[in-house]
Amino acid sequence: MTYTVRKFDAVIVGAGGAGLRAAIQLSEAGYKTAVLTKVFPTRSHTVAAQGGVAASLGNSEEDHWHWHMYDTVKGSDWLGDQDAIEFMCRKANEVVVELEHYGMPFDRLDNGKIYQRPFGGHMSNFGEKPVRRSCAAADRTGHAMLHAMYQRNVKVNTQFFVEWQALDLVRDAEGDVLGVTAMDMETGEIVVFHAKATIFATGGAGRIYYSSTNAFINTGDGVGMAARAGIPLEDMEFWQFHPTGVAGAGVLITEGVRGEGGILRNSDGERFMERYAPNAKDLASRDVVSRAMTTEINEGRGCGPNKDFVLLDITHLPPETIMKRLPGIHEIGIQFAGVDCLKEPLPVVPTCHYQMGGIPTNYLGQVVVPKGGNQSEPVHGFYAAGECACASVHGANRLGTNSLLDLLVFGKSAGETAVNDLRASVKAHKPLAQEAIARTLARVDRLNNQKDGADVHETRLAMQRTMQKHAGVFRFKDMLAEGVKRIDEIAGQVAQTQIKDKSMVFNTARIEALELDNLIEVAKATIVSANARTESRGAHVRDDAIDTPETPDGRDDRNWLKHTLWYREGNRLDYKPVQMKPMSVDTIELKKRAY
Amino acid sequence: MEEQRRARINRLKWHCRRALLELDLVFDRFWERYEEDLDAQGESALESLLELEDHDLWALVSGRDATDDPQLAAMIERLREVSPIANFE
Repeated sequence: MTYTVRKFDAVIVGAGGAGLRAAIQLSEAGYKTAVLTKVFPTRSHTVAAQGGVAASLGNSEEDHWHWHMYDTVKGSDWLGDQDAIEFMCRKANEVVVELEHYGMPFDRLDNGKIYQRPFGGHMSNFGEKPVRRSCAAADRTGHAMLHAMYQRNVKVNTQFFVEWQALDLVRDAEGDVLGVTAMDMETGEIVVFHAKATIFATGGAGRIYYSSTNAFINTGDGVGMAARAGIPLEDMEFWQFHPTGVAGAGVLITEGVRGEGGILRNSDGERFMERYAPNAKDLASRDVVSRAMTTEINEGRGCGPNKDFVLLDITHLPPETIMKRLPGIHEIGIQFAGVDCLKEPLPVVPTCHYQMGGIPTNYLGQVVVPKGGNQSEPVHGFYAAGECACASVHGANRLGTNSLLDLLVFGKSAGETAVNDLRASVKAHKPLAQEAIARTLARVDRLNNQKDGADVHETRLAMQRTMQKHAGVFRFKDMLAEGVKRIDEIAGQVAQTQIKDKSMVFNTARIEALELDNLIEVAKATIVSANARTESRGAHVRDDAIDTPETPDGRDDRNWLKHTLWYREGNRLDYKPVQMKPMSVDTIELKKRAY
Repeated sequence: MEEQRRARINRLKWHCRRALLELDLVFDRFWERYEEDLDAQGESALESLLELEDHDLWALVSGRDATDDPQLAAMIERLREVSPIANFE
């Protein structure tokens, strides 16, 4: 198998919000920048983000970045790094105003300023009362954001390689990153993108779960590539689940349905939330509702032939209310559950929504690894931002509207740091590491020539079902331990996948097999990290983590206030401290997370 | 000839990978049902629809919006038909 080499100052993998924002920084500084993307930039999953982007502009009422910082630390259940969180919240206004200058059509107030709306978990005066902090463009914020940033990139001559699948990170013997190998989907040609700076902005890997709100493209390509190249993955046990995804499909049913009076019922028709949250009932917080639903299913009170979902009932509401206030829900019920929600309840399950962990970075967007006694030594030439990265600002649980902020702030930061490093570094590219390239070629060769191997679709499904069952929203000691073994067996099958179609032009079977190589790394990291963390914190909730005065709600700060690092080699774990010291203000001290 | 068709279909299939899960699911079912039966006219209609922005395409598929173009309308009808709506209606 042959390959060609193309040289750039910088190569960015992924053209969602983070990748586009990073590219602007590099191209504006005059660096020759390539952006590789599996799909056209404005079809990236950032499109699905509707809620808005958080910034303490204070356009409608008083607000302050310090209050936003407090909310984010608390939301993270104190696992977020307080320096990175301060950095993000302080930068929010700047990146939102920049976006406005790129042409982002934000909703506006009568006085012309950006309109802001309240969003869950965002409060004024250190948790006192809700504040209007989210800036949105109707219900198409992510989409409008991508358009504005894509246009800006075209203007500053960023070179896009659309429909290219990145394959592997190229690292030399010293551990420096020298670019990526990638495949042109249109021809099957393999090219080495030789670069002085490599930025990963590949999004999350929500497709490791059977039930996921994520689009099919979210296969954790950057996370998998980093793991294969020896970079540890941080805090991968933390995944945000949304309580109401359509069973079997994953499509999100907004919280607004329960807000309008929707009721969750088990197979006995019981409104079970009355037992778990007597006051808030169906409107309790996401994690509480998700855990209650999972308990009902695990105790045999699920619905359907496999007793694996519960019902969201709105049949008691007047049809005109549903059609007027929740029109999209009627369509979704019909399309994806075959259910007319005016007459029958909708089948729902807690559904994977967002990856809090990822490739470890600092607030400058540099990828950092433990080396020679330093817990966070930057890897030369390697940067990451957005959902694939772990800065760590979301810690154990992300607040709504902080994901779009994350990708703007850290996309810019990664680009800016890369520009500074390029200015300071020697002019020439380091020689390419032939060994790393040979590994990619061997991986593709293996796939092309595999006989009597495993079916890609079936293997992926086995992984997704195992992750859903063993490392879902509510975790049990024995199930986790069994899940680790099962995922290990499935990883063995992934190493022997086989494809029937060997054609070169847009061979989707080959692409899906290569994506599965990335997904399985994320699945391993998730289940091994979750099995080891014997406390409950944020989105990671274990049945055996007991509520005591020392460990409120099972959170064990004495033993577990630390970041997990999973290494692919040896499937081993390491840990590093949480950065409790912010950049300029006092530490936000530990306390029980209650709303 | 067969190889050319496969290349065309594979390209269309990849362009069906979208930003929204709703559309991914509809196209997944569509290919299961129609891969063998898709003629040149169907291919061209699908190609045009795939040029649309995801939110606009979903508005058509979910019936919130409509198109005047009969070729596109026929393809939208097929996309709607592969979902459980057929059983429901």
